[in-house]
Amino acid sequence: MPLELNEYLQKVIDRLTERYADSIIDVYQSSGDTFVRIAPEANVDICRYLRNEHHFIYLVDVFGTDRFTSEDRFEVIYNLISLRDRQRIFLKVWLPEENPAIESVTSLWNSANWFERQTYDMFGIRFTNHPDMRRIYMPEDFEYFPLRKEFPLLGIPGSIELPSTTPDIE
Amino acid sequence: MGLETALGDGYMTSKIDSLVNWARSNAAWPMPMGLACCAIEMMAFAGPKYDASRFGSEVMRFSPRQSDVMIVAGWVNYKMAHAIRRIWDQMPDPKWCIAMGACASTGGMHRCYGVVQGCDNFLPVDTYVSGCPPRPDALLHALMKIQDKIRTEHSVMLDT
Repeated sequence: MPLELNEYLQKVIDRLTERYADSIIDVYQSSGDTFVRIAPEANVDICRYLRNEHHFIYLVDVFGTDRFTSEDRFEVIYNLISLRDRQRIFLKVWLPEENPAIESVTSLWNSANWFERQTYDMFGIRFTNHPDMRRIYMPEDFEYFPLRKEFPLLGIPGSIELPSTTPDIE
Repeated sequence: MGLETALGDGYMTSKIDSLVNWARSNAAWPMPMGLACCAIEMMAFAGPKYDASRFGSEVMRFSPRQSDVMIVAGWVNYKMAHAIRRIWDQMPDPKWCIAMGACASTGGMHRCYGVVQGCDNFLPVDTYVSGCPPRPDALLHALMKIQDKIRTEHSVMLDT
């Protein structure tokens, strides 16, 4: 399907493909948004370039997906906005099932801190060089990753502690 | 025109249980454990239209040490469960508990790993209120059921 990019995004995509030809895997549009799939090794370089040269100073969200495929099972999606130019772009990275890990972008946007912790909490995707790589919602001794497809909807019975119903007797 | 004129210089006999239950059942102060949208209906329950003060329960106590009835209004996740149980343990006996709405009673539509499937998993619930959220009159009904329960309590069980 041919792309219907506006002038601004066309320029961004052209410069990206020119500069990072080896790392841009796919560019496509869906529901009026533009998605760029990039190689996992290049994510910080490309993010830094977009932030510094194209004013994508606002990282709206980082989230994961379990594609449940035999190869490149996990996906990390970055949602970037340029407030000055009123443009939005999505970056996508595919990661393998075994030991999914990617470089953190907290050095570029502080907002990535909690987003990446949430992605780690829900999918078990590790972010290297993250300042505080802990779970954010689930208890720290929780052993599962709830948004992975193999995790049962109602959870694992007994995996999260309920309060004691017999109060301490002093 | 008060009670004194009706009684004159006479006296009345009663059981201490009747007196205590009368006092307790008409002053069941709620501990509002508002966790979700049910809390909005709980506010209407306390407000002038439905007027919980008709039943002596208008005083929402935000200190567990001054309250008698805990109204769990909303869905309870595992993290919150510990806080609720701790507040419940701080409430002085005798105490009662209302599970308000589908979520507090059974987990409701929150059928997932993070939500406790019914707050009776860790609290001794006296009355369950159906609805999502229940209307304030349904909560009043639950309160009246608790009043009925209080009125039938005995301090001493007789051997029969």
